[in-house]
Amino acid sequence: MSFLPKPKLHHPELATNDIGFTRRDYEGAISTLCAGCGHDSISAAIIRACYELSLPPHRIAKLSGIGCSSKTPTYFLGAAHGFNSVHGRMPSVATGAYLANRELIYLGVSGDGDSASIGLGQFAHALRRGINMTYIVENNGVYGLTKGQFSATSDRGSTSKKGATNTDAAIDLVGLALQLGATFVARSFSGDKAQLVPLIKAALQHPGAAFIDCISPCVQFNNHVGSTKSFDYIREHNEAVNRLDYITGRSEITADYAPGEIEVVVQHDGGVLRLRKLATDYDPHDRTSALRYLQERTVAGEIVTGLLYVDPEPENLHQRLNTVATPLNALEDRLLCPGSAMLETLNAALR
Amino acid sequence: MTQAVRINDFIVRFANINGSGSASANTLFARAILRMGVPATPRNIFPSNIQGLPTWYEVRISESGHLGARAGTDLMVAMNPQTWDHDVASLTPGGYLFYDSTRPARKPRDDITVLGMPLTAICNDVYSDSRQRQIFKNVIYVGGLAALLDIEPEVLESLISEQFKAKEKLIAPNLAAMRLGYDHARKNFDCPIALRVRRADRVGDRIFIDGNSAAALGAVYGGATVCAWYPITPSTSLAEAFARYTKNLRKEPETGRLRAAIVQAEDELASIGMVIGAGWNGARAFTATSGPGISLMQEFLGLAYFAEIPAVVFDVQRAGPSTGMPTRTQQCDVMACAYASHGDTKHVLLFPEDPYECFVFGAQAFDLAERLQTPVFVLLDLDIGMNERLSAPFSWDDARKMDRGKVMTAAELEAGRDFGRYLDVDGDGIPYRTLPGTHPSKGAYFTRGTSRDEYARYTEDGDAYRRNMERLARKFTTAKTLVPRPMRRDAAQPTRFGAIYYGSTSPAMNEAAEMLAAEGVLLDLLRIRAFPFHDEVMDFVAEHEKVFVVEQNRDAQLRSLLIIEGDIDPARLVRVLHYDGTPITAEFIAGEIGGTVGTANVVPLRKARP
Ligand SMILES: Cc1ncc(C[n+]2csc(CCOP(=O)(O)OP(=O)(O)O)c2C)c(N)n1
Ligand code: SF4
Ligand SMILES: [Mg+2]
Repeated sequence: MSFLPKPKLHHPELATNDIGFTRRDYEGAISTLCAGCGHDSISAAIIRACYELSLPPHRIAKLSGIGCSSKTPTYFLGAAHGFNSVHGRMPSVATGAYLANRELIYLGVSGDGDSASIGLGQFAHALRRGINMTYIVENNGVYGLTKGQFSATSDRGSTSKKGATNTDAAIDLVGLALQLGATFVARSFSGDKAQLVPLIKAALQHPGAAFIDCISPCVQFNNHVGSTKSFDYIREHNEAVNRLDYITGRSEITADYAPGEIEVVVQHDGGVLRLRKLATDYDPHDRTSALRYLQERTVAGEIVTGLLYVDPEPENLHQRLNTVATPLNALEDRLLCPGSAMLETLNAALR
Repeated sequence: MTQAVRINDFIVRFANINGSGSASANTLFARAILRMGVPATPRNIFPSNIQGLPTWYEVRISESGHLGARAGTDLMVAMNPQTWDHDVASLTPGGYLFYDSTRPARKPRDDITVLGMPLTAICNDVYSDSRQRQIFKNVIYVGGLAALLDIEPEVLESLISEQFKAKEKLIAPNLAAMRLGYDHARKNFDCPIALRVRRADRVGDRIFIDGNSAAALGAVYGGATVCAWYPITPSTSLAEAFARYTKNLRKEPETGRLRAAIVQAEDELASIGMVIGAGWNGARAFTATSGPGISLMQEFLGLAYFAEIPAVVFDVQRAGPSTGMPTRTQQCDVMACAYASHGDTKHVLLFPEDPYECFVFGAQAFDLAERLQTPVFVLLDLDIGMNERLSAPFSWDDARKMDRGKVMTAAELEAGRDFGRYLDVDGDGIPYRTLPGTHPSKGAYFTRGTSRDEYARYTEDGDAYRRNMERLARKFTTAKTLVPRPMRRDAAQPTRFGAIYYGSTSPAMNEAAEMLAAEGVLLDLLRIRAFPFHDEVMDFVAEHEKVFVVEQNRDAQLRSLLIIEGDIDPARLVRVLHYDGTPITAEFIAGEIGGTVGTANVVPLRKARP
């Protein structure tokens, strides 16, 4: 069930949003991924989230590492600059880009191999630094692009398509993100658009480090019996703690809820998150209990999804570094170069 | 023992224990000599793997202005009992040993003069606080040395007053300590000794600064706004200096906020990744590192080369891996930087010779990086990076504008100008780029390493790849015309011999050329300041029968680069290689070259003069 405001037009693809763009303006090149790949659904969710938020596409910067997942930024937001960097290092490139211009919206797309295997270090440090970005890991528990090897999020005991059993413990990126200080942490499933789109919208509007672990089955190499990242397995074990309805400051709140079921979280920018609780004892403002809950449910074999943690007043890296409000890439020469008179003073002090 | 008096030409070496507060006292000593108009060149020697952390500070005093290292110590200030034997042994015959004689030592050698000053006893008498005893002990010995070497105490006094201008309370006690040492020496020794400093006028308006600070200041003047780095000796002080300078020079007056962002990254991969992300997004960004960091950055450097992203890398070179020798100087990253990464890559390198050029190239590197849309390496080394050196004062032309290179603007896009990210519109191999967020519907492109056509559209077509590689080669040819040209200095008479050198080798090479000339061996000199090599470099090689390539590494890395890039017959390029971790000396160069040339090739002096 979705509570998103839907355009009341007969031809939705011709509808325009608040800034006059159609859905098509948020699309990219035709995907070259395998038909049915979970990653394509996430691309579609990103397109929808950006369209519905009326974000100017060119003000978004898309960054990725290497992998099938990291290829996807070509397939959405064609009017935005994109950067397909190197394997596992998208977070540092995003950090640098964010330092250069604090005004763009940064969307990082990565894979489980990219972020949990080769890039675990950069993943951790970007989140702990408070990079104002949306970081989506399209998690299929496998290396898609190199054809089916286990990744660091593959569960212990799960089997590969060729029949090998994974003997290493899995890394839970959500648990790490919580521990590292990400100020928005969510998990979702590529097959659950109703859950995923509002989460992406909320993450994009979150003025701090927002992380979404999106389980995204690889139909080619990890959708068999014995996989714990297959469509069937995820559907069977998915336990959402809440349902999110992301509402921008301007929109009216229309949905009906029974009293007590709803929590309203007002974000720093005025955007409103309405959370419908599914697990009554779950508090998305408490890192410690969120971690404990996650661990307990994981042991019980459940895959916990939803908005797992949010700090409505996050601090970001620019605040911590006390940089000027003007983007650093837009400062004029005269503000950067101290000039010859100052150099004479400096020379004099060096004699 | 009576010795010949030596004025303004000797070497003093301080043997200290790290952390004893000696650094500022030693600097005071060097600066006092400079203030007397006599060139003095200090060098820090700090092994990182010996217990007790000894450090040495060596000051070469040279009125003729030789700033290179020279072997031998004429006066040893032996303040570290642990290195006593080694220090005593390293004195040149006839030299002086100055030491703390609170616990008198037996005269260790017959061919030296021992000057004992009971520094600890004096301090214990005068000061009750243990920290004061330690700090002032250093100032006292500087005062003592002043008396012994005939350094004007007034010069020390004004330096001390300037140094503590902000902490006025400290001026009087420091002056007193200096005087204490000065008077003690005057009373107890026959002052001055045979080594003397005499006022001269050989310093001029030159300044005294380390290359790392100079490079950092260059980055400030060059408009760098993003610095991402990971600590590694000997580059750390470059990033730290940038932080120090930006605190004063880049503060927004109204808000106190900074016009720069400095991030200590988790490693060098992240450092260069951040620099590349910032460069892609239109900020001038740099990292400072040393050899091991360059190794870690390889993959990203290739990406930046292929994706054509401006980036500046200051590599303060040191010897090999691990710890120990790595805190010694070398020029051993030339190859690693020139061809850094996988695929066919070539990078622009700049070789500053001293702090002045560290500043100039430190600023220019950002113009080059943006003009050429590629990584630019500034190759310092420990010798110029971490030691203060007399150098020409910095200057800046206020009319100078930053060269932001070919960046297509929103207005140009709006006006319908054709934008192809990898399209060579004017034959120089450099395409236009757009910055993210420029225009709502035009100019966006997807950045990737390879597999794209002129319009940045994905393709795996081999022909498109080849076209792109050829354009990148064309761009490198363009770079040749933009980078600093080599500096040539010909011998007084025509000669068949040339010498090529670069970076911190300069002062030793200049001195060596003088020494050789005095013996009748004439050399034309060419100092290479950048890679790719300017045509003049190849012309120089072609003009000479033999060219010595003087370097501070084992494998003759620049020579290899010359052979590869210039198709030069290797037999024409003679290796002169110094690589024990100490800075190269004039004696070494002159010895190697003189030995190779031999007497047969000496130009008869009389014949040379018409
Ligand atoms: C340094 C480096 N090592 C290895 C590779 C090969 N490689 C490409 S993608 C990939 C794994 C991608 O897995 P993941 O991030 O999970 O993406 P997916 O394809 O599953 O979406 C690997 C190992 C590479 N590109 N770079
Ligand atoms: S290999 Fe897997 S991850 Fe890659 S495109 Fe195909 S289904 Fe998707
Ligand atoms: Mg994967």
